[in-house]
Amino acid sequence: MDAPGTALLRAERLTRVVAGRAIVDGISVEVAAGDVLAVVGPSGSGKSSFLRLLDRLDEPTGGTVYLGGRDYRALPPRELRRRVGMVMQAPVLFPGTVAENVRFGPAQRGERLPDADVARLLALVGLPSFADRAVDHLSGGEAQRVSVARALANRPEVLLLDEPTSALDDASKRGIEALVTEVVRARGLTCVVVTHDLAQAARLARRVMVVEAGRVRRVGPLEEVLRAEGMD
Amino acid sequence: MLKGWIEDPTLLGLAQAGVAAALAFAVVLLARRRRIHVEADAAVALVRGLVQIALVGSVLAALMRGPRWTSVPLLAAMMAAAAATSMRRAGRIPGAFRASLAGVVVGSGGVIALMTLAGVIATDLGTLVPVGSMLVANAMNANGLALDRFRGEVQAHVAEIETALALGAAPEETVARFVRSSYEASLIPAIDSLRSLGIVWIPGLMAGMVLTGAPPLAAAIYQFVVLATILSSSALSCLVSTTLIRKTAFSPAEQLVLRGGAAGRG
Repeated sequence: MDAPGTALLRAERLTRVVAGRAIVDGISVEVAAGDVLAVVGPSGSGKSSFLRLLDRLDEPTGGTVYLGGRDYRALPPRELRRRVGMVMQAPVLFPGTVAENVRFGPAQRGERLPDADVARLLALVGLPSFADRAVDHLSGGEAQRVSVARALANRPEVLLLDEPTSALDDASKRGIEALVTEVVRARGLTCVVVTHDLAQAARLARRVMVVEAGRVRRVGPLEEVLRAEGMD
Repeated sequence: MLKGWIEDPTLLGLAQAGVAAALAFAVVLLARRRRIHVEADAAVALVRGLVQIALVGSVLAALMRGPRWTSVPLLAAMMAAAAATSMRRAGRIPGAFRASLAGVVVGSGGVIALMTLAGVIATDLGTLVPVGSMLVANAMNANGLALDRFRGEVQAHVAEIETALALGAAPEETVARFVRSSYEASLIPAIDSLRSLGIVWIPGLMAGMVLTGAPPLAAAIYQFVVLATILSSSALSCLVSTTLIRKTAFSPAEQLVLRGGAAGRG
């Protein structure tokens, strides 16, 4: 377990057992405000399940998560999910225009995101003239950028990214990586990125957690983990 | 021909059942020539069906001689059985029996009570039980269709629902589209029955009334009454069950319970 501190996000012995099998097994980790943690591991290691637990899309069977020092089970789920945004592996856009998708989150609270804010978010994700475009005409990379803009429209404190480039070609992959780096820098976002690619983790994060069979195999600063994994 | 030989109505019925079963079995045997072997299943089904319906007929015959209130426990038992049957369509959604029972009881029970009070359905056992059972059975079918469709839609759209949840949407909002399509799909049989009434088919109730000597026009209008009532009870039943099930598809922490095969990959 990391040393306790003033982490924005802290998982404490987080566990999820399904049908007698621990798919996430006692993971404890902290993410400081403005930090990026990459969660790396092979397919089936439990890294995506860990991310789902951080957004409470599944219920932990043991342990919990603290957001800003507060047990997330004490927060109303919708407030938690506004504060902790999540971008899924394969972007799912709702039928309609790009702008309607970007406005989705605030609309759930009865707020209408002003046109200027939609334009600013779309410019941030590199799609400045896409507001009125129908979502069914977007490429995979564009759709993923829209889903990042849509998550950011909720003004989250933490952004969770579940293998955001796994469904994309190399060019789009580099574009999304640059976007994540820019968004984290510009907005001071705290970020947890799940990836199966340690090289990508090195490009995106300052800290890395390696997960194996639902457990933390190694966690620490990027260079330290790379050295220990024989990748320096 | 049989009527000329047999006078006792029960024996005549048994003889008619024997002829019908023999014909069905002959058709099954004919299928053997095409290497379709369903004779064992068909034989069991024919014998089982005859025994079951004869037993039910005997029980009904005994009950029909009882007081009018007998119809209440009888219809209540039918509703419980109907709810248990239609809940199976909901798969692993928690609270499926409660939603089905509430749907069938409010839908068919409510409509039966209203129609009885309005004098549309007579309160004698001979009318109330068979007409009531038709409403219960149709509410069950519509309910089963609605739950089956809802389960299928939710399992096919897990990613969309969880994306909306992750953006802070209320659970009932994330499945509102699927509740609507399930409700609409469940009413297709009742609406199509009404639409094709008299053109494509002459329903059993009307045929039975005409065979027992009722004026054809009166029988036809009563048949319409029953089908319109079936539409009301089916619609009300599905409205109640889908309203309840859209809530129980989620945990108190607003997590989608019915994820099917979807699971974390990493």
